[in-house]
Amino acid sequence: MIQAVFKYQFLQNALFASVLASIVCGIIGVIIVEKKLVMMSGGIAHTAYGGVGLGYLLGIEPIIGAFLFSLCAAFGIGVVKRKGGVQSDVVIGLFWSLGMALGIVFIACMKGYPPDMNSYLFGNILSVTKSDLKWMLIMTILVVSVVLVLFQDWKAYLFDEEFASIIGIKTVILEFLLLALIAMSIVVLIRVAGIILVLALLTAPAATAKLFSSQLLKCMIFSIICGIIFCVAGLWISYVVNVASGASIVILAVVFYFVVYGISTIVRKRKVRS
Amino acid sequence: METAVHITNLSVNYGKTQALQNIFLDVSEGEFLGIMGPNGGGKSTLLKAILGLIPVTTGQIQIYNKAHMKNRSEIGYVPQFSNMDKQFPISCIEVVLTGQLKHGLAPFFHYSKKDKMTAWEKLERVGIEKLANRQIAELSGGEFQRLLIARALAVNPRILLLDEPTASVDAVSREQIFTLLEELNREKTIILVTHDLLAISSKVKKLACLNGTLVYHGEPEVNDKIMKQLYGCPVDLIAHGVPHRVLREHKEEE
Repeated sequence: MIQAVFKYQFLQNALFASVLASIVCGIIGVIIVEKKLVMMSGGIAHTAYGGVGLGYLLGIEPIIGAFLFSLCAAFGIGVVKRKGGVQSDVVIGLFWSLGMALGIVFIACMKGYPPDMNSYLFGNILSVTKSDLKWMLIMTILVVSVVLVLFQDWKAYLFDEEFASIIGIKTVILEFLLLALIAMSIVVLIRVAGIILVLALLTAPAATAKLFSSQLLKCMIFSIICGIIFCVAGLWISYVVNVASGASIVILAVVFYFVVYGISTIVRKRKVRS
Repeated sequence: METAVHITNLSVNYGKTQALQNIFLDVSEGEFLGIMGPNGGGKSTLLKAILGLIPVTTGQIQIYNKAHMKNRSEIGYVPQFSNMDKQFPISCIEVVLTGQLKHGLAPFFHYSKKDKMTAWEKLERVGIEKLANRQIAELSGGEFQRLLIARALAVNPRILLLDEPTASVDAVSREQIFTLLEELNREKTIILVTHDLLAISSKVKKLACLNGTLVYHGEPEVNDKIMKQLYGCPVDLIAHGVPHRVLREHKEEE
């Protein structure tokens, strides 16, 4: 495979995309796991499907459509959650299915042969284009810098939002910034893992990292490393066995998490006994 | 004496339900006020209203003669630790440091040496400086509660506001926490919500009883008329081995 990497542009793109995706997963994944926003992220991801359909229909980059839709979904859910009155998981469910439905309608409205939506649903890292990469790089830089620049504020916000707001930290801004970051991350991840599998890529590395580290920054770094291992190994498996890359990456990540979880539970029990 | 908290005609509604009604309450500087009342009586609502976490329907809250939203930095808030995520990857000293974050948002912020010294001092103040680098997941209930007090002190407030500081804490820690609060009371005004009758009978200097409205405000001695108003039925309050009685000696009603 290593020779092939040097030979084929698409494999180079795929590897580069894996690294970018892992960086974003590592950082945002840890945040959404700690803030318990996993399901909300799932909702935002699925809403993006509508954006992909709209992109095809209007003839713009589907990934831009996906970004706009995720952003609207993220803010929509955020506003409803803040206003209260409705359970946020109800709104998440509604956005989730509305996005998927819109995607199907938009594609049906297209003239001619329908495009391959599978690569957006399940991800196909081997078909990542130069222009996709450019977008992914911009989003990754944005996500990393926003998190790092305000790191201490994020830490206080994630640990205890109430206290942070009392001491005067602008938690509303942080909340909406976080929602925007989640939307951006999902766009980055869609090409790698696809809309349906995005959740695993956001949660598995972060959850695995949490078993090993007890510091927020270390968790993020560890999670990035886990992500890179999952992506590259999954890519290699998909290359050798010839299955969809998104599926192999996700299966690897989830299996790895459960194995590590099992081992750590046994180790902890032994410690308690001794 | 200065008034630390000045509440006039406060009402708070959640949708159509009225949680608090026409509350008038003054807390003067240096006071140690206990707030008690039945569940759903509005204790937490009152705390949240003072902290500006929920909107006030009518009335005013002033903290040291300024509107409460503008003067929240005078309050050090100690929430109930049972509501917090103990699995969050953070160490004790980091928790206390968050109390010193700047208002608004602080890009590229790093804690200075002085910040770290202050955080250490606060941990020392509550007696858990040995645990500074421990993860919060490893703390006992009492230690966690003291950690949250240390964080509140790091804000350098004039008022400490505590929500059930001794709920789900073992007896020894409970005693330690109250001793600590008594010491802190020499410099700070303390307001605490509690179910703890020991605290009410022997530690607090003033008592406020809440059940939708302010049923009683005054010396920490409650007669059964007030208890009836509070809990809707006569309550037998027997405080074993406590230097003060919660209830005055009272005659049986015929």
